[in-house]
Amino acid sequence: MSKSAGNRRPGVFAPAASTTAGPVLEISGLTVSVRGEDGERPVVSDLSLSLARGETLCIAGESGSGKSMTALAIMQLLPQPAARIDSGTIRLRNMDRGDIDLAALDERRMRHIRGDRIAMIFQEPMTSLNPVLSIGRQLIESIEAHTDLSRAEARRHAIEALKAVRIPEAESRLKQYPHELSGGMRQRVMIAMALALKPDVLIADEPTTALDVTVQGEVLELLRDLQREHGTSIILITHDMGVVAEMADRVIIMRHGRMIEEGTAADIFARPQADYTRELLAAVPRIGTGVGRRKSVEAEMRGSVAVVNDLHVRFDLHGGFFGRVNRRVHAVEGVSFSIAPHETLALVGESGCGKSTTAKALAGLVPYQGDIVIGGRNLAGLGRDQRKAVRRDVQMIFQDPYASLDPRMRVGDLVAEPLLIHGIASKEERSQRVASLFERVGLSADQMELYPHEFSGGQRQRICIARALALRPKLIIADESVSALDVSVQARVLDLLKELQREFGIAYLFISHDMAVVENISDRVAVMYLGQIVEMGTRDQVFSNPRHPYTKRLIEAVPVPDPAKRRPRFARLDQEIPSPTRNIGEDPPKLALKDVGNGHLVAVS
Amino acid sequence: MPIKPRAGVWRRLVKRPLALIGLVIVAVVVAGAILAPWLTGYDPNEQMFDGLTLEGAPLPPNASFWLGTDLLGRDLLTRILFGARTSLIIGIVANGVALLIGTLVGVTAGYFRGWIGGALMRFTDLMMAFPALLLAICLAAVLQPSLWIVAMVIALVNWVQTARVIYTETSSLAEREFIDAERTIGASAPRILFRHILPHLLPTIIVWGTLGISTTVLLEATLSYLGIGVQPPTASWGNIIFENQTYFQAAPWLVFFPGAAILALALAFNLVGDALRDILDPTQRGRA
Repeated sequence: MSKSAGNRRPGVFAPAASTTAGPVLEISGLTVSVRGEDGERPVVSDLSLSLARGETLCIAGESGSGKSMTALAIMQLLPQPAARIDSGTIRLRNMDRGDIDLAALDERRMRHIRGDRIAMIFQEPMTSLNPVLSIGRQLIESIEAHTDLSRAEARRHAIEALKAVRIPEAESRLKQYPHELSGGMRQRVMIAMALALKPDVLIADEPTTALDVTVQGEVLELLRDLQREHGTSIILITHDMGVVAEMADRVIIMRHGRMIEEGTAADIFARPQADYTRELLAAVPRIGTGVGRRKSVEAEMRGSVAVVNDLHVRFDLHGGFFGRVNRRVHAVEGVSFSIAPHETLALVGESGCGKSTTAKALAGLVPYQGDIVIGGRNLAGLGRDQRKAVRRDVQMIFQDPYASLDPRMRVGDLVAEPLLIHGIASKEERSQRVASLFERVGLSADQMELYPHEFSGGQRQRICIARALALRPKLIIADESVSALDVSVQARVLDLLKELQREFGIAYLFISHDMAVVENISDRVAVMYLGQIVEMGTRDQVFSNPRHPYTKRLIEAVPVPDPAKRRPRFARLDQEIPSPTRNIGEDPPKLALKDVGNGHLVAVS
Repeated sequence: MPIKPRAGVWRRLVKRPLALIGLVIVAVVVAGAILAPWLTGYDPNEQMFDGLTLEGAPLPPNASFWLGTDLLGRDLLTRILFGARTSLIIGIVANGVALLIGTLVGVTAGYFRGWIGGALMRFTDLMMAFPALLLAICLAAVLQPSLWIVAMVIALVNWVQTARVIYTETSSLAEREFIDAERTIGASAPRILFRHILPHLLPTIIVWGTLGISTTVLLEATLSYLGIGVQPPTASWGNIIFENQTYFQAAPWLVFFPGAAILALALAFNLVGDALRDILDPTQRGRA
């Protein structure tokens, strides 16, 4: 492989040069367009930026702002043949031999740059790792491809890289396959792979978006540390203003492919110039700003819409020669709660804690043990038809509105479908009701004839809400329903949900991993960990006075969208969250909840 | 309530040049099959005195026998026209029944899983492992060969691959979130299967359907060759090829014309199927 790459190597081990040194990467007048059926459409227009050595530049913006396209353009990985660079230069500073214009480089020479000089990590570490090769092999091969190192040396390098990203037992990890690692571990492997070659520039495209908050903190801190050690310049692409505040030296705000504003992190957050930046910052949910929502007295009076008592959901895993059940996933272990009309109960926790499984049990999607009482009737004692009738009162809104709408149906028919299934109203009445539902959720009745793909993400979620409302349910389960939306859209959808609650007295079971959103919408909060509730209380009790260590960690891990409050160190995870999978006969220890005052329940072990 | 974008399907179909070509070919074949007795002055099974050379060899295409004659001195064009009746029945009916069985088995197994799905798929595997030809021979030997019996035999042999493919697709569709969403609004299993899963399988079904046409027509030919297909002297495109294949070098037209007919029919259905798949896909709307 290239000699110069080998020679360059010792230099980068040296501590970072000061950030004031000349730019490593300079983009000027970059325009990228995508060819579609309606002709060429620019996705990045006339973008100019420069990246100094050792600097973290955040490119922030909502979906469709062109931030990812910019990253792909730098890497010359634009989707072919649809997208191409129309004009502009991308200059990479070469120490000894002048600059290289990446935009004009051919594929063969670009391959030497990728990984070696500029590395990239992606949002979803599972899809960017090859599932059939061990991580050791992938790491070693990428090192071998760019250096003259022997296999043994490459292996040593790989182990060092894994240690650098704080992966314990690095040597034995080399033999593991991507599916054997947790999401956070996988992203660390990706970072190890990206940094093993000590690139000058690291492009991280939403590197923590798919990760849990506590893990997100870990990964961000890791990036910061590595940058400090090696002086790598980072381009961090994110939609999360909290991450921006935590990480950025400088920030670029993009919208519709154009740079809206550029400035230091402190300036952008404290003195945003552009209207759009101000709107964006205003829409970001922040912990501690939740408007005090008082539960109405009548809600207290009316008893419960739904009561869940000692709910268990377990999935059997088959194994061995005869395919017998030998292990069991204890997804939900003895969860109890109740929800009153007009009330929002938030269920929070990280992936795998059983919050979605609880929702699915409540919605009738997975078999369960225990009692679910809806509107005073215990589902366990009912026949099929009665159960269907009772279930009408519980509707669900899913995370991904596009995935949860049949793409081959017109949205009007999708919203009418629940009415049709339950034999409500005549054909004319149905279409009238659907039209009024559309208007209620902020869409127009003319849009009923369209198909789901013809809507934006926020509009689709409105369609899902209209569909859930069609049966006038008493309880709506919102499973991460706003997580996939841009912040500004998210804020509007949350407002809609609140309005609907005021209007129809619906109770929500609001499931989310986002503590800031939860604080904004909930009356009561239940924190789940490994299938059990570890803390439950009113919003104020949980957020102002968290008692359980896990709750504290969860709240602390949320990045605050204010660079002045940047934390020197994040809450560290001392260990991976244990797996809920256990051998037969080994039941997890049951936590007892203790009332620490005014109904604030905390697990004691 | 379910949206059938029927309105305009035909209009949109004929607007596509390739689909139009396909439709024309299908129409020509169907018309040829129906109007066969009026289109030709010959009897398909009559062995003409002037149909052979003095040495007893078949005649190449000429003024009185447009496509030449076969080994027994019968008019090839007439046999192809009458053979179209047999082959269309095999290609459409047998293939259609195979598609129907395959889809039902695949969808049921893929959606319900559990022991029903397991049993259905193991049975499918068994059928797949069993040599298709042997099975057809057994079935045809037990049943008295007639056109319809042959069609059924072919259907019973040919549904297996379709079932496998549909099974895989259904089980991945059943995992999609919108199916969960349907269940939360109380949709019954048949409703989910027929209103929500089946439309998504349409592209696959269309592709397998069009591929199946040439497979089934040729399978019938193989069966005829083995003496258990459509009984001679009834013509089918397949048995015309097989009766005459030994003379391929001396009289290539005897294989070429019926072969071209099979090819054209399969291609025509392919073209129409392709266009139909695009037209019936509402997610292509506004993108086309």
